[in-house]
This record gives sequence, structure tokens and C-alpha cells, in this order.
Amino acid sequence: MTDVPVRFVPTDKAPTRAARMVDDFTPALIEVGEHHLCPGCGEPIAMRSVLEVIAELDVVQRSIAVFGIGCYTAFSNNLDLEVCQALHGRAPSVATGIKRAKPNTVVVTVQGDGDMVNEGLQEVLHTAARGESVTCIMLNNGVFGETGGHLTATTVLGQRTKNTLDGRDAEQHGYPILISNLIAQLEGAAYVARGAVNTAGNVSRTKRMITRAFETQLERRGFSFVEILTMCPTGWFIETEEAPAYLDDNLAAVHVGGVLKDW
Amino acid sequence: MEGSEAIAEAMVAAGCRFFAGYPMTPFTEILEQMAKQLPPVGGVCMNAESELEAVGMAWGAAATGTPAATGSTGQGLSLMQESIAELAMARLPLVVLNMARAQGDYWQATRGGGHGDYRTPVLAPMDVPEAVELTQRAFHWAATWRNPVLVFGDYYLAHTSQSVDVQPIDFGPAPDVSWALDGSSGGSGRAKLVSPLGTQKQRDDVGYDLSEHYLACAAATHAMLKGIEPMAEVALCDDADVVVVAYGTPGRYIRAAVKALRERGVKAGYVRPITLLPFPTEAVARAAEGAKVVAVYENNQGQMVDDVRLAVLGRTPVSFIGGLSLDTSGFGIAPDLDVTILGDRIAGALS
Ligand SMILES: Cc1ncc(C[n+]2csc(CCOP(=O)(O)OP(=O)(O)O)c2C)c(N)n1
Ligand code: SF4
Ligand SMILES: [Mg+2]
Repeated sequence: MTDVPVRFVPTDKAPTRAARMVDDFTPALIEVGEHHLCPGCGEPIAMRSVLEVIAELDVVQRSIAVFGIGCYTAFSNNLDLEVCQALHGRAPSVATGIKRAKPNTVVVTVQGDGDMVNEGLQEVLHTAARGESVTCIMLNNGVFGETGGHLTATTVLGQRTKNTLDGRDAEQHGYPILISNLIAQLEGAAYVARGAVNTAGNVSRTKRMITRAFETQLERRGFSFVEILTMCPTGWFIETEEAPAYLDDNLAAVHVGGVLKDW
Repeated sequence: MEGSEAIAEAMVAAGCRFFAGYPMTPFTEILEQMAKQLPPVGGVCMNAESELEAVGMAWGAAATGTPAATGSTGQGLSLMQESIAELAMARLPLVVLNMARAQGDYWQATRGGGHGDYRTPVLAPMDVPEAVELTQRAFHWAATWRNPVLVFGDYYLAHTSQSVDVQPIDFGPAPDVSWALDGSSGGSGRAKLVSPLGTQKQRDDVGYDLSEHYLACAAATHAMLKGIEPMAEVALCDDADVVVVAYGTPGRYIRAAVKALRERGVKAGYVRPITLLPFPTEAVARAAEGAKVVAVYENNQGQMVDDVRLAVLGRTPVSFIGGLSLDTSGFGIAPDLDVTILGDRIAGALS
């Protein structure tokens, strides 16, 4: 970090000089290397928030992150955190094994909607029902981002994906699963919240949710869960700058944000 | 003591401190025993919600360097294959108990029912005392080679009572577990990674180098297969006209049948593979030298017979004398496992 003060200049005109780096905003827990996710993707913002919370709670040297398989998997090998890579859908049971074998660790899973709600739905439900002392983070963009924008169990009605070209139709493809609402009904779930990273306000609200989820684990109150709505301009087939508003109008209109359960 | 109880005791004696499973006969009793035996020694036994979750939980525990095991039977083992294959690529030690019904799962056990270019050593005990030894050996091999190891038993093994005294076996110094996760390397700039995609964090801008990782896994597999001495029991083969090859519970009956034939003057001998992978190819080849025929008994349509043919390489005729033999339960209680029936088949292979 340098001492150069950061100055934000609001403007609607292109800058006369090319942009220059005034500071390095990379979170401390990111190692060298690029993640190669698309510009405008929401997943790096969510990931950054998780990393900041782990650092702020001073649990870096007790933490183990368990990754599912999706675009966010790109982070599994450039974090300065211990990482256990799981298979598609299987992170909650791997996290359970880690936590039960080493109860003093702080265990967090990172999964996508396809990973958690499609391939591995029963894993997260049982882990929540057992009241497992782990924190599960789910990055919900309503598509399989990594395979190129296909329908998932959270895709909202009307949403166009590569395999629902005319939009998700309830008669053909059924209805989206509201995973946080489902988990909140389970006795073992102590904290359940749904945030988003499409605006600065949402980012900071979501970060508070993540903090509370980790506190739930540290206090051994039970299972903690944060669903984070993330932009996927590539998988939504829209312009990058349209994605935050698209998220509000589509995903967030069905997967409504807020704290669903707190101990 | 029943086989299941003895195997559970052997696991605890070998240092196993994490077990996860889902009931299925004849694996169920091992799960029951682990639920009883692990908590008093500070271990954890999880009643997983499916075999997928059982192997996932064991994966997580194994990643922390905790000696871990899971297991099942047929269908349950099929469900676990994705994870078993990838555990090998993540270089994680895990013991998998396959308490099979009959012997139809030889190919699944030895060829790997999962995807990818991996191998899992397979140990096939014939009775309870041997299971006690081989189960402990499985933990040692899993830890040494950082690879899943299968113990391939069956209904008889799980349910037969034999008197055994389970004592921990000393296999030498404990293998290194400095790769295991406990969180403490976080923030060091060298945080550990346990992954089927690679074992090194990114130091430049390339992401995972899967080519490098898979080549490293292949080298580790090669070293493992070279490092494990194939095991087999060989008897009465020096002057044998017929050499019988059989493993597991049927292997035990074949021993008795061969001895009975010798008393009748029939020159029979046997090879009982104990490691099914690596297969005791040399032991079979040597035993077959000078024999008129090699007879293979398995309670299936003929699976191991392929490995025997590969060992003999056409130098001696190979005759399959097995076949499916089941009772109505399908658990593998075989009417054919009878010394007279087997003796007739062995003698028949000579004519
Ligand atoms: C068993 C299995 N089936 C399918 C895949 C292929 N696959 C990889 S990532 C992915 C979808 C990921 O979607 P999601 O979890 O929503 O993450 P995103 O890419 O959107 O961040 C799929 C289907 C796989 N890796 N494993
Ligand atoms: S496809 Fe979507 S989720 Fe994947 S990196 Fe691109 S924007 Fe992000
Ligand atoms: Mg997704």
C-alpha cells in the first residue's frame, strides 16, 4: 500500500488521460495471479467480502475454505487461505468431515446455484438440518456460468438461458427454488440471509451478513448460510453495465434480499 | 468375534478416527460397530444421509490428515465412485470397505468403477484373522501412498464368527502428513491446497496446470504400484497338474477342496491372490509352469479370469470353473461353496 490519497471524480465524460493505478485494492488474502473471471462478474466482489470478513475476525490461521465447481473455483488456487477443493455439489459434506475432524477450524464453503441447488441440493439441506457448525456461501447468478449460461434450479421465470431460449417457462421447466427460504425452515439453521453485490449499499449489507454468519459459527450456534446474488453478464447475454439493474429487475425480484433467520 | 466387529476393532487399532457410512447389508454391522467403538477413543462416526455424503465426509476428514474410512456394498460403492476416483487425484488417503455380495464387483474394485487414470490397491481377505491384518495394512498403504485403498470382503466375512485377538500391527514410522489442512498455514503466503486439480497454489498467472498435476499423479501411481509387493498364498503347486486360482471366501473353500483332492491322489494346487491390485501376476505365472491346466473359481461370470489369462499369457490353458451361485437373498450365500462340488469341478478341469 502507498500513501497516495484516493480521489474519486464523478464524471459522465471519458477521462482525458488513461487510467493509472493509484493503489492496490487486492484483498490481503489474495495471492499473486489473476482469477480470469469476466469483467462485471459479481463473484469476485462476493469473494472479496468473504476474505475481508475472515481477516477482520482474525481467523485466517484457523480457516479452511471448501470450494465447489463453477466460475468461482478460479479462486481456489490463489487464496492465501487453506483450501480443500470438493467435487461439483459436494462441498457441504466435505466441510462436515473437516469440521468434525478438527472442531477448532473455521470452515466456509463457496458454491454456486448450479453446484448447490442443482447437483448437491440434498447435501446442503442435510448439513443445515444437522446444525453443522460451518458457514455455507452460495453465489446465485441464476445460471451455470461456467458452462456458458444454462438453466439452473434458481433461474427465474421468463429468464433466457442457453437451454431456455424463450425464457424459463413454468410448464416446461418448473419453478425456481428459493434456497434460503427452504433452509430457513430447518431447525439446525441458525443464521440465514440473502444479499447481493450489485450496488455499493448491497455490498456492505452483504458483508455484514457474512460477518454474522461467521459469528454464528464461532459461537457454535448452528449452521449459517448466506446466499449472495451475483451478476453474470456473460451468462445473461447482456452488456456488462446492464447487469446490476438486470439483477434487481429479475433475480432479486424473486429471490428477495434480507435476513431470513437470526439467532 | 464376528467379522464386522473384528474389522471395526482393526480399524480403531490402525488409528482410524473418522468413519462415515450409510446402512446396507452386509456393510451395516461395520457401521454399527464404528458408531460404538469410535467415540470412546475420541473418534467420530457419522451416519451420513447417503453414500455420496459418506464418502464426502470421509474426504473432508482425510484432508485434515485424520485416518478416515468409509464403505458400503454394491450400489453404495457405485454411488461413491466419482469421489474415490478424484480422491486419488487429490492424493488423499482413505480406506474403503467394500463388503460385497458374491464376487460380481471384481472389475469395479480392480478396474476402478470411476473415471480417470487412477488405481486403487485392493486387499481381499479370506477370513476374519486375515481381515484384521489386511484392514490395518490398508490404513498403512493409504497413508504411505496417499491414495484410496479398498478392502474387498463379503457377506461371509462380515457374519462369520472366529476367535481373534486384535492387536495393533507396527508397520514402521508413520508417513508424513505435512500436506494436511488445519488452517494454520493461512496468511503465510504458502497456504496449503488439497485438490484433485492440483496441489500447488498459483504463483504466476496460469491458474491450474492440469497437465503437470495429472503427470505428477501418474508418477505417484507408478511409484505406488512398484512399491507394493503383490501378495498371494501359493500351495501344492510344484508338482500340480491343475492349479486353481480363487480369492476371498471362495479361496478358503478351494484350499479345502484342493487338500481333499490330494488325499484322493489328484495333483492339485492353488494360488489365492490376497492383493487383487496389484495382481500377483508372477506368482500365478510361476505356479502355472508345468501344470496341465489353470482353473479359475469365482462366484461371478468370470472377471478375475482375465487377470489370470494375462498372467499365464497362453502358456497354459485356463479353464473357468466358477459361475454365479446365490441363494434367494442374493447376498452371496453360495450353494456351490461345498468341498465336494468344488473338488469335482477342479478334477473336471483336468479331463
Ligand atoms: C458431476 C459434474 N457434472 C457437471 C459438471 C460440469 N459443471 C462444471 S461447473 C458447472 C455449473 C456451475 O454452475 P454454478 O454452480 O451456478 O457456478 P457458476 O459457474 O455460475 O459460478 C457444471 C454443470 C461437473 N463439473 N461435475
Ligand atoms: S460466466 Fe458469469 S459467473 Fe462466470 S465469470 Fe463470467 S460473468 Fe462470472
Ligand atoms: Mg451460477
